[in-house]
Amino acid sequence: MALAEGVLQLIEDAANREGFTRVRTIWVEIGRLSGVEPEALAFCFDAVTRGSIAAGAQFEIVHVPGSGHCLECGRDTELQAVYDACSHCGAVPVQVTGGTEMRVKELEVD
Amino acid sequence: MCTTCGCGDGETRIEGDDLHDHDHTHADGSTHRHPHDHAHDHGHAHGHSHAYVPAHSHAPGVAKSRMVQIEQDILAKNDAYAAKNRALFAARGIFALNLVSSPGSGKTTLLVKTIEALRGQAKVAVIEGDQQTSQDAERIRASGAPAIQINTGKGCHLDAHMVGHALEKLQPAEDSLLMIENVGNLVCPAAFDLGEAHKVVILSVTEGEDKPIKYPDMFRAAKLMLLNKCDLLPHLAYSVAGAIEFARRVNPGIEVIRISATSGEGMAEWLAWIERGAAVARRQRAEAVAAL
Repeated sequence: MALAEGVLQLIEDAANREGFTRVRTIWVEIGRLSGVEPEALAFCFDAVTRGSIAAGAQFEIVHVPGSGHCLECGRDTELQAVYDACSHCGAVPVQVTGGTEMRVKELEVD
Repeated sequence: MCTTCGCGDGETRIEGDDLHDHDHTHADGSTHRHPHDHAHDHGHAHGHSHAYVPAHSHAPGVAKSRMVQIEQDILAKNDAYAAKNRALFAARGIFALNLVSSPGSGKTTLLVKTIEALRGQAKVAVIEGDQQTSQDAERIRASGAPAIQINTGKGCHLDAHMVGHALEKLQPAEDSLLMIENVGNLVCPAAFDLGEAHKVVILSVTEGEDKPIKYPDMFRAAKLMLLNKCDLLPHLAYSVAGAIEFARRVNPGIEVIRISATSGEGMAEWLAWIERGAAVARRQRAEAVAAL
């Protein structure tokens, strides 16, 4: 819920700067390893934006896969979870290098 | 909602007061009282954005709509407040720890024992986070350390903005240790930087040893894991090695101390760990002062 409020705040800040009055669509980047449940965020976003300039906006999630660097074999590997083993050599642990982002990318506005 | 601070949650209370129902000082030095919602012109927003007419309009045929690039982290605002807190800690030589765990891991008891053990050796101040009641802050005050209670209401974690306001009231001393006891929750507090030097996660041996992989974000964010209630190990089928292996799987660099607030096991090691960090914070402040 706090994250959804954070998204709305970024939108309202942008509205002050850019002078738009309605948001049609919002693109939010959510990494596989960010710990955010995209559906829950979309649901909360609907709730917190009621009565705001983003009311009824389409919430588009851009999924970012998890990636890591294996400390054992030195190769990069895709991760479904932060505790996954290296897909090449099976070693754990793998250093996480990507997929933890939660960012507001862009808005389509009037 | 206060547009200066960006606090969305009107239910947060510090020592029974609404978050903004008191004087406070902004970064620009202005001190003022604002008991309710109103807007300021000086924003804390960072980053930049620019509007453009898109070559790739997502709503063809609708001339009025346009694209605005944002490219900002959802937590950018919290992180800006955390940076302010961190700067304050650096300026005062304060070593700040963010203590996180499930409810019932023995955080508050461990904290009380730590304060008692440090009495006469170090200045300790505490920020207590709970959804309701000031019982924990009262427990801490009874142990002799100044403490301030933040009640998050429906909120499940402390954020950097609440902690910033608590610091204004608490005014921790120079070269002191600040312990921030977060709301008992292994999920959300992982994402919210409070400006602390380190997160310390407390896992008690009466919980599942696989908690590190059930709540990987928290164990990944922590610098140190305190394995608490170790005095109970003889009565439990708990694998300490298993718990440590799970923790290292999500965070290869995590340090671990076995501890018991009841028997005192591991307390010396924990106090030494604190002192090493506090010494660094004191030295950096002294160097910064010397460089002036």
